Amino acid sequence: MSSGSLDSLYREVVLDHHRSPRGNRPLTEFDVEASGKNPSCGDEVTMQLKFAGETIAAIGVLSQGCAISTSSGSMLAELLTGLSVVEAERIADVFKQILHGEEIPPDVDLGDLEALAGVRQFPMRVKCALLPWVTLLDAILAQRQGRQPEPVSTESYNQDGKPMQVTLKETDHDRHA
Amino acid sequence: MAETKRAINELAGLERDQFPILRRDIHGKPLVYLDSAATAQKPLSVLAAEEYYYRFLNANVHRGVHTLADEATTAYEECRARVARWLVSPNQESVIITRGATSALNLIAYGWEHHLAPGDEIVLTEMEHHANHVPWIMLAKRKNLVLKYIPLTNDGRLDLSDLPALLTPRTKIVTLTQVSNVLGSINPVAEVAAAAHQIGAIVVVDAAQAVGHFPFTFEDLGADLLVFSAHKCYGPMGLGFLVGKNEMLSQLNPLEGGGEMIETVGWHDATWAEIPHRFEAGTPNVAAAAAFPAAIDLLEEIGLPRVREHEQSLVAYAWEQLSAIDGLVLYGPSDSTQRGGLISFHDPRIHPHDMAQLLDQQGVAVRAGHHCAQPLHRRLGVVATTRASFGVYTNQDDIDALIEGILFARKVFDA
Repeated sequence: MSSGSLDSLYREVVLDHHRSPRGNRPLTEFDVEASGKNPSCGDEVTMQLKFAGETIAAIGVLSQGCAISTSSGSMLAELLTGLSVVEAERIADVFKQILHGEEIPPDVDLGDLEALAGVRQFPMRVKCALLPWVTLLDAILAQRQGRQPEPVSTESYNQDGKPMQVTLKETDHDRHA
Repeated sequence: MAETKRAINELAGLERDQFPILRRDIHGKPLVYLDSAATAQKPLSVLAAEEYYYRFLNANVHRGVHTLADEATTAYEECRARVARWLVSPNQESVIITRGATSALNLIAYGWEHHLAPGDEIVLTEMEHHANHVPWIMLAKRKNLVLKYIPLTNDGRLDLSDLPALLTPRTKIVTLTQVSNVLGSINPVAEVAAAAHQIGAIVVVDAAQAVGHFPFTFEDLGADLLVFSAHKCYGPMGLGFLVGKNEMLSQLNPLEGGGEMIETVGWHDATWAEIPHRFEAGTPNVAAAAAFPAAIDLLEEIGLPRVREHEQSLVAYAWEQLSAIDGLVLYGPSDSTQRGGLISFHDPRIHPHDMAQLLDQQGVAVRAGHHCAQPLHRRLGVVATTRASFGVYTNQDDIDALIEGILFARKVFDA
């Protein structure tokens, strides 16, 4: 039985990101573009990254979907622009852990993204919140490996019934999974 | 309208007590169950019958001479006989017990394969549930067949104007849903069946959203094979039926081999048992079969004409209330005489999963998503919709709670 209350899901800051998503315009120039899609609910995201050396200089997050997935993508764009790739991966990793029940580490500032921690009380919606982050990790990995990103999804489930943390085939992001 | 409301609440009031789950609270609000098209809730009589079976009768069927085996077999066969009395004419048609409507459709798609040659055509409709779509895609890939689709009118009915052109001498199977699980449309099955038979095709009907919702017999449809699930008409899960003309079933190959479906087995060969047993390999869901007649009893006590009248009144009321919400898009025919007891809708500014989540917080259970009909949703131009569907226990207060819930969701989203 879900113990989640509405307040922990659709918080005002979440709705605000949904109404006016940040980073919601195509980049004129980008180094890598990845896409994620959850076919069962129709959430779709296209993620464009522009790098300046080791830094993520610009992010385009083109989302179509529910309030949870669009606000998560918007927070991603706001939070990660200007950070290093390594910092971005760390935040993505932390966010995944939080949605699977871990506490927020004291040394990580998640900004508005903290408001999405409440999604973990709604197991069916964890995949919505994760979609942009899994897509981001695939974009970074593909860039690093010099290959084209493959479309990702967060709709697969582990044997314990929890959504997969990530569906990438070959990744060091998954060491905690 | 006052008259309608009274009629709606009268029947639901009579039946509501029979469904203990409706007493549950969800997030501190009374459950408003509007997802009966996904699965209907179960009356006490069905719950009791299933428990009774396991407490007093449990044994495997058709396999022993001991008393329990005999009684379990009798209960199982009584289910078949009950369904037959309900839907078919004796001697010409048979009832196969399956795990569900999906199993039954897969059985047909495999079992008819040997009659088909590359280039043969199967005609479906654009409103099929994946259960009556994917098995045909798989069959078409195995045998190099061509799938063709009866298109829809803009208000979600079958557009039969080009049917004569769709049906060719190569058309071997015509299959359609009797009632769309998304649009609610009631299809003119008999008309399509007659046209299909003229060119020698067999007709398969997915009656999962029809059986238990209005009065009809297998014969009324003029079809060759029909499938439905027990759990969508107040029976247990894990039980379904394939109803068919004996002459068709005798030409159908079994899909599963195993115990129960054989006559004799040698080292290298086997022969099949008679119909229906040749299609029932393995241990069936005997408990579900033992319980399902109680659901049929309930429907017959109410009377299917009355069930239909009830659902039609609910749909008319819900359609009127939903249409009054500015900007809400409703799908399917607006005329309640042309639809079953469900309505799919979409608020372009609120994703259906957000809508369903916010409704759930109000205790209102609806389905959100593509309802196992992705191509249809693409045809409708949306990835997902929200669906409210009704049963004998649904009353006007349930619809009012839905409307309030939608207005609340719009407030949260400032939509």
